[in-house]
Amino acid sequence: MVTTTPVALPAEVRWHGRGGQGVVTASRLLATAALEGGYYPQSLPDFGAERSGAPIAAYTRIGDKPPTMRGPVDSPGLVLVLDPSLIGNVDVLEGMASGSAVVVNSIRTPEDEQTRLIRDDIVICTVDATAIAVELIGRPLPNTPMLGALLRVFPMVTLETMAEAVSKQLGELFPERVVEGNIAALERGYETATTIGEGERS
Amino acid sequence: MVDTRERPVSDDAVEAAPSTAIAVNGGEAIAYALKQIEPEVVAAYPITPQTLIIEKFAEYCADGVVRTEYINVESEHAALSACVGASAAGARAITATAGPGLALMFEMLGVTSGMRLPIVMHLCTRALSAPLNILGDHSDAMAMRETGWVMLSGSSPQEAYDLALVAQTVAEHPDVMLPCANLVDGFMVTHAVERVDVLPDDVVRDYVGEYEPETSLLAEGSTATYGALDFRDYYFEHRRQQEAALYASQPVVEASLKRFGEISGRHHQILEPYRMDDAEVVLVFMGSAEGQAHAAVDAARAAGVKAGALRIRLLRPFPVDAIAEALSGARVVGVMDRAIGFGSAVNPLLADIKSALWSRTDRPLMKGFVYGLGGRVVTLGQLNQALGELVSAFESGEESTTTTYLGLREDPESAEVSS
Repeated sequence: MVTTTPVALPAEVRWHGRGGQGVVTASRLLATAALEGGYYPQSLPDFGAERSGAPIAAYTRIGDKPPTMRGPVDSPGLVLVLDPSLIGNVDVLEGMASGSAVVVNSIRTPEDEQTRLIRDDIVICTVDATAIAVELIGRPLPNTPMLGALLRVFPMVTLETMAEAVSKQLGELFPERVVEGNIAALERGYETATTIGEGERS
Repeated sequence: MVDTRERPVSDDAVEAAPSTAIAVNGGEAIAYALKQIEPEVVAAYPITPQTLIIEKFAEYCADGVVRTEYINVESEHAALSACVGASAAGARAITATAGPGLALMFEMLGVTSGMRLPIVMHLCTRALSAPLNILGDHSDAMAMRETGWVMLSGSSPQEAYDLALVAQTVAEHPDVMLPCANLVDGFMVTHAVERVDVLPDDVVRDYVGEYEPETSLLAEGSTATYGALDFRDYYFEHRRQQEAALYASQPVVEASLKRFGEISGRHHQILEPYRMDDAEVVLVFMGSAEGQAHAAVDAARAAGVKAGALRIRLLRPFPVDAIAEALSGARVVGVMDRAIGFGSAVNPLLADIKSALWSRTDRPLMKGFVYGLGGRVVTLGQLNQALGELVSAFESGEESTTTTYLGLREDPESAEVSS
């Protein structure tokens, strides 16, 4: 565990991924968990015309009072990249201050990703979320393992609270087997994420 | 006669009911309110960004959670027509739409208000075509203003839920009997998942009450005629009565909001002032730009400017006196329009504000802004720019009659698109 610095409020999170990877669902799961954790959350998808495979974004804000700002997050304290092929095509680190954190779904180490991201002043976390999802969910949906990895650099809620949110939200839509797979994937993501860099978190 | 009697409001201090916090988006929050209201009829046609509401509500119907008759229709014109039929027959009827769907309803908007049917519509504000655009602005809502509906506007999923309940009590009040629209900003509110505190079902049922119209097509012994032919004989009188009823709805709206505050602890007013007490430079707006507007006001205050913001929660009937009162100390007023009033003297909200303040002898300098059309991102920088222009007017004492387009890529010289 590289950093356990408490997260400053309101925390602003930006998600990058492709249509079909569960970006919007993941942002919402984080918001649901944050509500369970006693916070005022906001999850806002950045919709255009939704197409499978197209680059999409979502935003999560977490505060200790009701949010009033509605719109894209332009200076995130945390960025999640669900598809590493976006790096170089989309400016995933746009507006990120020194000391903020990025979680990348990648087979590579954080050190390797750092050479692509070209930033040495941020916390970099990688997790092989796609492999975890294929093994435990049976489909390449990297969102729940990414949520697990997120908790390593963004300790706003406990793994248990996040698991409850996954169980509650996915339980409304999917059979028990799928929910269990996602919770296992969440936990594996938390366990296997690796992180480099530390600094003052914004 | 315009009836401006004070409505009796209970003096008993009511204990606010314990709410349950849920994480839902604005659309689902409205669907939840509809579930609690459980109207006899819902007729709607799916259209982005409104679909969230009726998708969720259709689920409640299919699961047997509510006994509402959900009517699948072939268009929005048919959706509102079905509600008109149901409402005239004495049922509580609700619909929801957005942008082009509202445009297709246009004929029936006036039919609904002219027949004095208390239908509630949840309007998820969306840009009008062309060019085709599914994202949010207020072009649809502004086009609806002259159709005789009471129009409420919120800025958050919580308010979408709250005003869904308030709208029901306003529309069905015996002194109103007019349709009421709940304006919800497309995407920025409809799709934002936030904490929403929902009231217990019985508290909502008690607040909204049973809908018992004085008369209806199916009421035993009813002699009422609905949708009658009405030429030179009484059309004029009927329209005048309708106008009087709409003006008279304002105190009902205020009383309904007050009663809602008592049961929920959330005290909404017809106008939402922010740091207005001694404000000399004021931004007026409607809808979801609240965070940006407040942050711009805070920044201006930090720089020593007496800035404030005023959000319009009641768009129709336009609360002229309340607005004049709220802006009585303002020296410069900037009005944010999220729509263009093509060919009008000025854009729609500015026209309303100017009219409201015209009879004041010491009226402030006024300035119009257009922003956020077709979902163009509304930034703090844009709101800072708007306040900056107002401060310049304050310092120079000169009124600018040109519109400033915030976040527009346009060469100011040639009016051509710039990069």
